[in-house]
Amino acid sequence: MAKRVGIEVSVAIGEVVTMTNTDVIAAYPITPQTHIVEHLAKLVADGELDAEYIPVESEHSALSACLGAAAAGARTFTATAGQGLELMHEVLYIASSMQLPVVMAVANRALSAPLSVWGDHSDAMAVRDTGWIQIFTENGQEVVDNILCAFRIAEDRGVLLPVMVHLDGFHLSHVIEPILLPEQSEVDAFLPPNDYPLPLDPAKPVTMGDFGPPFIYTEVKWAQEVNLRKSMETILKCWGEFDRIFKRCYHPVECYRSEDAEVLLLTMGSFSETAMTAIDQMRQQGKNIGLIKLRLWRPFPFDEIRSAVRDAEVLIVLDRALSFGGPGGPVASEIRSALYNEDKRPKIVSFVGGLGGRDITVSGFSEMVNRGIEISKTGSKHEFEIFGARE
Amino acid sequence: MGKKSIDVGLDLPLKIRARHAIHEVRPVTIKENFAPGNRSCIGCAEALAVRLTCKALGDNVIIAMATGCMEIVSSQLPYTSWEVPWIHTLFENTAAVASGIEAGLEAMVRKGRIPARETKIVAMAGDGGTADIGLQALSGALERGHNFLYICFDNEAYMNTGVQRSSSTPYGASTTTSPAGKVSIGQITPKKDMLGIVAAHNIPYIATACPSYPFDLMDKVAKAAAVKGPAYVHILSVCPVGWRSPSELSVRIGRLAVETGIFPLYEIENGKYKMSLSLPKLKPVYDYMRLQGRFRHLSEDTIKQIQQRVTEEYQKLVAKAEG
Ligand SMILES: Cc1ncc(C[n+]2csc(CCOP(=O)(O)OP(=O)(O)O)c2C)c(N)n1
Ligand code: SF4
Ligand SMILES: [Mg+2]
Repeated sequence: MAKRVGIEVSVAIGEVVTMTNTDVIAAYPITPQTHIVEHLAKLVADGELDAEYIPVESEHSALSACLGAAAAGARTFTATAGQGLELMHEVLYIASSMQLPVVMAVANRALSAPLSVWGDHSDAMAVRDTGWIQIFTENGQEVVDNILCAFRIAEDRGVLLPVMVHLDGFHLSHVIEPILLPEQSEVDAFLPPNDYPLPLDPAKPVTMGDFGPPFIYTEVKWAQEVNLRKSMETILKCWGEFDRIFKRCYHPVECYRSEDAEVLLLTMGSFSETAMTAIDQMRQQGKNIGLIKLRLWRPFPFDEIRSAVRDAEVLIVLDRALSFGGPGGPVASEIRSALYNEDKRPKIVSFVGGLGGRDITVSGFSEMVNRGIEISKTGSKHEFEIFGARE
Repeated sequence: MGKKSIDVGLDLPLKIRARHAIHEVRPVTIKENFAPGNRSCIGCAEALAVRLTCKALGDNVIIAMATGCMEIVSSQLPYTSWEVPWIHTLFENTAAVASGIEAGLEAMVRKGRIPARETKIVAMAGDGGTADIGLQALSGALERGHNFLYICFDNEAYMNTGVQRSSSTPYGASTTTSPAGKVSIGQITPKKDMLGIVAAHNIPYIATACPSYPFDLMDKVAKAAAVKGPAYVHILSVCPVGWRSPSELSVRIGRLAVETGIFPLYEIENGKYKMSLSLPKLKPVYDYMRLQGRFRHLSEDTIKQIQQRVTEEYQKLVAKAEG
């Protein structure tokens, strides 16, 4: 039986990565990811994890080393945040395009300037189109569970794509939570050994990372797109299998008290926990309101989102990132375009808030919902509203 | 089949034979792991260098290559010129990719997931990918002590993108981003001392080579590949396109680079310098420069200045080897 322990989420990540018997970890420290890689370094130093730990000189090299390790057929893990994820940017595309199944934890952090070590989703949104499978998590248990799932999804022969597991910097990375850590036997039953097809091997030479002229580039990119979309089946299957073994269930879109709701709030990441409390309070006050939590960011769950919000009048979307000079919140604009051609769809109100570690409290969410309902009636001359900014 | 040796010259005094050992012809494998039919230009000595390198490395290697001419000419879909496992990802990260491959194999062999094969990991990059954009990743990988061989193919500019200057471009050379003009002589900085930078990492084996000395090149690559730990070989590679030199003179120009002392052949083994060739008298740098359009604009004065610097640098190097 799995045991429940009080443990810092970053440390728990180290523990579960150890249970996956990862071969290579290459990482560069950045707040708020540091506790993850420090703990892994210690586990390797203590001989509890038999892996090569490469203390690289930058995030660019961290992910580059992961590319090499994964291409050699090794199970590979890294973690980063904020500026580190940005420094990896061009390498991210290589991992997905070359089908190298690296798993990465991202302790989401705001982007400079001004320098901020605190959390928001600017880093995640900047790498939206890099071709990675991306999962957002809401509490420590979800982080641990999805790190484990990430290896299985990434290394699946029908997928072979890198996976990012997003966890909010500090709000999740640095909190101590009661977490059910799996038993080694459960992990072994759930996660088969990595069996990368055609690794770099002198016994069977392969050429990887070719030069693609115009006659073939489009086909290669289309194949990549088809593969990422198709990975949805494997993700669902993996979560189903996870549920069978661990009795915890995950879905691309999760609904909370949303069945008959006229008004829906949509959040991602750890803010969903506070939002649920706010929903409970507003329900008690007789408001007909529910919450939608977007867990799977890529591949985007179009059908699930459409059916989850179809019957509501108003959908209030909270983004923790800004698309400067554009539609405001990247999540809101994706949801708008997913719903635009639907006959029946809610009005969408977009808020951007919780930037650079700014908290949104339970009463903050109530305020946001009330303002959102007002905007849905009166309309707004803005594309989106910024929440909680002093003028 | 026994080795058949040619005994011409065996009666010469040992001292003379040692001096010319570098030219001694020996049988080498006819296997081409960098296959013919790649898209390099006529007279490309970089392609020749890669070809010879591959002969010396044999089959038990994995190559990680940076973006650049050699990557582009050898891997255009749907073809490949590689008979050994080869990976290209980006321009500046080759040493890091090689680190990852080495670490991956190390861990998997230790855990018994793959058989121990002593496969050599070899990173290859141009001078741009080495001395400029990839310097940080290279320094990191050398400092961490990975068991890998890094080879820089130095054609003294960014050739793949159209002959832009790099920090490895020599003083006075005209390139598209250091063009000679009314108020400029072209490249105004001296060639970066990559060997000095690598030597400062205190790695076990460092060498310079040039495909105009094919046996020396293959010996050094084989020696470097046998090292446990990081090794570095820097290969001067004539590029007729970028140097604006006749394509049939590439081998001769490489020879002249060595004989003028502009690109001395030497090794640094565990910190000890050793010249690969003794040159009692250096040829004038003019003999080398006059064959190349990139130096055509230089005045006699500038060439004199260059001559002086080359002689000084060469003497310093010889002193290090003798000291
Ligand atoms: C990050 C990045 N910047 C710039 C380039 C463009 N680029 C590709 S190859 C190259 C020059 C390669 O020069 P070098 O390493 O000397 O190799 P060569 O082609 O001369 O053999 C440049 C600038 C790139 N591919 N990636
Ligand atoms: S441009 Fe120069 S280095 Fe590049 S393939 Fe042609 S000759 Fe070789
Ligand atoms: Mg070059």
